[in-house]
Amino acid sequence: MKGRHHVRDDGGAEARREAPPAAAPALAAQPPSDVDIELRLLMEAIYLKYNHDFRDYTGASQKRRVLYALSQMNLPSISALQERVLRDPNVFARLLQYLTVPVSEMFRDPSYFLALRRQVAPLLHTYPSVKVWVAGCSTGEEVYSLAILLHEEGLLKRTRIYATDINPDSLEKARQGIYALEAVRNYTVNYQRAGGVRAFSDYYTAAYDAARFDPQLCADVIFADHSLATDSVFAETQLVSCRNVLIYFNRQLQDRALGLFHDSLSHRGFLGLGAKESIDFSGYAGRFDVMARAERIFRKAG
Amino acid sequence: MRHAVRSTQGIELVIVGASAGGIEALFLLLADLPADWRLPLVVLLHLPEGHESHLVEVFRYRVPFAVEEAQDKAPIEAGTLYFAAPGYHLSVERDASFSLSCEAPVHYSRPSIDLLMMSAADAYGERVAGFLLTGANDDGARGLRQIHQAGGLTAVQDPAVAHVPTMPQAAIDADPPDFVLPLAGLHDLLLQLDAHHAP
Repeated sequence: MKGRHHVRDDGGAEARREAPPAAAPALAAQPPSDVDIELRLLMEAIYLKYNHDFRDYTGASQKRRVLYALSQMNLPSISALQERVLRDPNVFARLLQYLTVPVSEMFRDPSYFLALRRQVAPLLHTYPSVKVWVAGCSTGEEVYSLAILLHEEGLLKRTRIYATDINPDSLEKARQGIYALEAVRNYTVNYQRAGGVRAFSDYYTAAYDAARFDPQLCADVIFADHSLATDSVFAETQLVSCRNVLIYFNRQLQDRALGLFHDSLSHRGFLGLGAKESIDFSGYAGRFDVMARAERIFRKAG
Repeated sequence: MRHAVRSTQGIELVIVGASAGGIEALFLLLADLPADWRLPLVVLLHLPEGHESHLVEVFRYRVPFAVEEAQDKAPIEAGTLYFAAPGYHLSVERDASFSLSCEAPVHYSRPSIDLLMMSAADAYGERVAGFLLTGANDDGARGLRQIHQAGGLTAVQDPAVAHVPTMPQAAIDADPPDFVLPLAGLHDLLLQLDAHHAP
């Protein structure tokens, strides 16, 4: 695996941050341990070598996942991992699977999708064409959920969905739309709670232990490599859905991502976040109106 | 095995883990706490995913200081009782804030007591205390051991009087804690930790 060669417009890495990097947290509870130092050096190495920027990810979860990767890869230390990562792109490709956390469900938090259906879909009908950005789409469960919802609301035919992620393996899985049949059966309840009115099985073909979702659902989905940490806005959209991605970012990177969403959204466009995500602690608190507080649906302030 | 019981001085954060039978245990553990309480208390009670927790509302009427759900990126404040939200792992960060994540469940639990306690051990070292109460699985045993190894204080509900002894017993088997006490004793220990907590 080589470095990322995604589409990038002129914002680029220079726009990444104004403040100097590696500022220590103001309220450091503990001085950095050796592992913390190694972790920071690893992320710096990954950034310099592969242009994947994990430097502003939240500490505890990232540390856990790197330590888990160490145990799975039989390496004695993060420094040893760093040496391997620098010299062998295949090792980085493997590590990347641990650094990103796949979302597990379709129609996770059904009330979110119900609110999109009842409150947002009618307003999307007023646009001649609609663009939706699923940021951090992982293995695609949310993309198919949204496509099904838009289809049932009569919007899919005039909607283009941009589904972006930094993990090429996840994007490939998302493109294929094949999920474990047992899991899909569990999603049926979510689908119904999300206001689904058909037989969920209408949307997939089951074979052996797998369910393949109808490729027609993704006829106008563009799956693409895009990083909220280093890339720029690429399209004007009416709805951005980015759920359980911002929790992995520190506040600075959260602000960067929210800035991209704000720039991408058209006048009074919609933003959906994860059930426990908030813009209250961000620099964008005043730039979005709350549309459905519990469901975390916001609207770009006029 | 340690021979000296760890001092109750210098604790700045208390993590409480509980599972089956936990609500009743928490009522007793957190009964009659004073209004000038200072230590941040973080409670993780296993609950089924997909259901909203009502613990914050329930305890707001029982505790004379702030009661909040632990929110992603929120700074950990003194004099506050926090509850972990269902469906997400909760971690303590080194800058004394919370973070949430969606990694796979641990011991079928998300949030996991182990992950919370291990992150707190890493972030607070000897300044964290871990309490483990009644429960029907092994969550918390690894986390408590890690708090112990980091020099923090560990306390487990006496399995002989716990509603479900599995969880406290698993923790005792994994690593002998500083204190094994019934709920009344754990309650007194909590008061002592707060009294010894430098403002």
